[in-house]
Amino acid sequence: MKDFLLRYKSWGKEGKAGFLISPAFLWLLLFFLIPLGIIFVYSFCERGNYGGVNWNFTFENYKQVLNPVYLKTILYSFWIAILNTVICLLIGYPMAYYISTRKSTVFKNILLILVILPFWTDFLVRTYAWLVILREGGLINTILLQMGIIQEPLKLLFTDLAVIIGLVYGYLPFMILPLYASIEKLDPSLIEAAYDLGANGFNVFWKVILPLTSPGIIAGSILVFVPTLGAYITPDLLGGAKVMMIGNLIQQQFLKVKNWPFGSSLSFIVLIIVLALLIIYIKFGEPEVEK
Amino acid sequence: MLTNIKEGKLLKKNIVQIKDVVKRFGNVLALDHVSLEIPSGEFFSILGPSGCGKTTLLRLIAGFEIPDSGEIFLEDKMINSTPPYRRNVNTVFQNYALFPHMNIYDNVAFGLKLKGIGRAEIKERVMRSLDLVGLSGMGDRKPRQLSGGQQQRVALSRALVNEPPVLLLDEPLGALDLKLRRQMQVELKSLQKRLGITFIYVTHDQEEALTMSDRIAIMQTGKIEQMDIPPQIYERPRTEFVANFIGISNLFSGNLRNGNGKIYTLTTSDGFEIKATGEGIRPERNATVMVRPEKIQITPGEPKNMSHNINILQGKIEDMIYLGNVIQFIVKLKEQKLIVLEKNYDKTFEFKPDQDVFVSWDIYSTFVLSERVENERLFAQV
Repeated sequence: MKDFLLRYKSWGKEGKAGFLISPAFLWLLLFFLIPLGIIFVYSFCERGNYGGVNWNFTFENYKQVLNPVYLKTILYSFWIAILNTVICLLIGYPMAYYISTRKSTVFKNILLILVILPFWTDFLVRTYAWLVILREGGLINTILLQMGIIQEPLKLLFTDLAVIIGLVYGYLPFMILPLYASIEKLDPSLIEAAYDLGANGFNVFWKVILPLTSPGIIAGSILVFVPTLGAYITPDLLGGAKVMMIGNLIQQQFLKVKNWPFGSSLSFIVLIIVLALLIIYIKFGEPEVEK
Repeated sequence: MLTNIKEGKLLKKNIVQIKDVVKRFGNVLALDHVSLEIPSGEFFSILGPSGCGKTTLLRLIAGFEIPDSGEIFLEDKMINSTPPYRRNVNTVFQNYALFPHMNIYDNVAFGLKLKGIGRAEIKERVMRSLDLVGLSGMGDRKPRQLSGGQQQRVALSRALVNEPPVLLLDEPLGALDLKLRRQMQVELKSLQKRLGITFIYVTHDQEEALTMSDRIAIMQTGKIEQMDIPPQIYERPRTEFVANFIGISNLFSGNLRNGNGKIYTLTTSDGFEIKATGEGIRPERNATVMVRPEKIQITPGEPKNMSHNINILQGKIEDMIYLGNVIQFIVKLKEQKLIVLEKNYDKTFEFKPDQDVFVSWDIYSTFVLSERVENERLFAQV
């Protein structure tokens, strides 16, 4: 150990840095890059009869993605992901703004803890809770029936609405936290300067607050959009058999249909699309404030 | 804007009037029944230590705060609850508050665009305004690419381009280094004269206020202590606070007797008799008188041309501090110490510490302050 420490001290800056990040690098290599490579190879193979692959090169799996049935699922996933991102932004922005503009630090921290509080319980358990709330004999229907507002129980569970509710609930904190960080950084005197120069509330928001908090909007949107696109638990539990997103399709291909190569090609396509979107964002969408 | 003639003097119209304004923040009384009037075209400074309410007063005029009671008038219109974007004033902020996501041109054009002015006119006015502050050709840059002094000029240009009748400046030079600050003081003053705009200038820098202002209001704990032209503020501070805040003051406290008309005699606790002037002062009470250090002469022997218009005290040099153009002496009298500033000429160096000396000054340089000294401190330095 002593020898090692002595040797460590003799390494240069680069060597030390390399040594310190090696565990993280190894971890990613073993559990991310290598599996990704396997998926990539699989996606060009023929399917085996009982799962697995036959080692024959083919483009069939990628052609199959263009089949309207699957294309619809992919487009639907994008639609849901965009919808979820927009709703999270519309709800999250006022919340983040309210929290970050409170004067009392204690009150601010209490609100932030409330935003993070759901993470103390497992996501799966919380999704089951929505099942209890939304089902026919569930909380919402019982209350509405008791109050006489409705005569028949509403069909809430296993609908697009249920999926959206579950997703917004699940990903809202990921929108609020980066928004909070960037609104918090906003210099209040800039808002006053805009008012002073003749901007009313609307103009102050559009011309000063919104552009200056765009890093938070972009970060929050990426943090919500990307995981929603691959969402699996929420559409599976709250959408039932009716709602299928890419995540569910991939799961089905691997575990039920036993078509590993097609599942792999679907995975890869999602990965490529997300990557492309991120590159476009970074290249063209990077706000000038951050440069 | 000349409206009426009074006592043979031309009086300018008051552009800003503040009447008995009170503003509280929680339990803190930020402004305590403040009233003032600012004539059009004046360079008016509000001077005071931090927390005295000077910035609050400025923010009330700008519209960022609303008074709890009292009235604020701008060009004869009551504007108590007019939102800032409908007030005909502009502000230069302490940290400049330039919009970081816009270039210099767009920063300066911001106010004009909101007013719906045509593109060509906006361009012309922005160019003229940038030219005015010596920044033509900088329009494409971003605020962070400019130095502190340049950013300060952009902030000024962004406010002036709207041609407000009143410009509010909140310690605009506070973040600049001393040399640049001096230069900007001169530029600001000449700009103000040239444009004829009323400047309301908040600062805690007494030198800045003295050199630039037509009039100064000195504030403490939410109240205006004194409002006057700079020489009057320095030569005739009304209260102990003002005397200490502006420059260095030697204060004596003791029992005050009326001598002869406007001449009073103060007897200190250690037995010195000091003659002082004052007007409308009630005698036969404890009071404080003051004299500026540079008004005092220091001599090895008793001053020759003795007249009864001179205060003469005997003391001992305790310390000599070399300040370049002047020498500062600390002279110990019986119990109290006195600060004396003497010009630096060769003879000044003949004095030595522990030497017995006489200090003397004209009684017309000594005057009675309107507030009693709270403690036994007999000289103070700010």
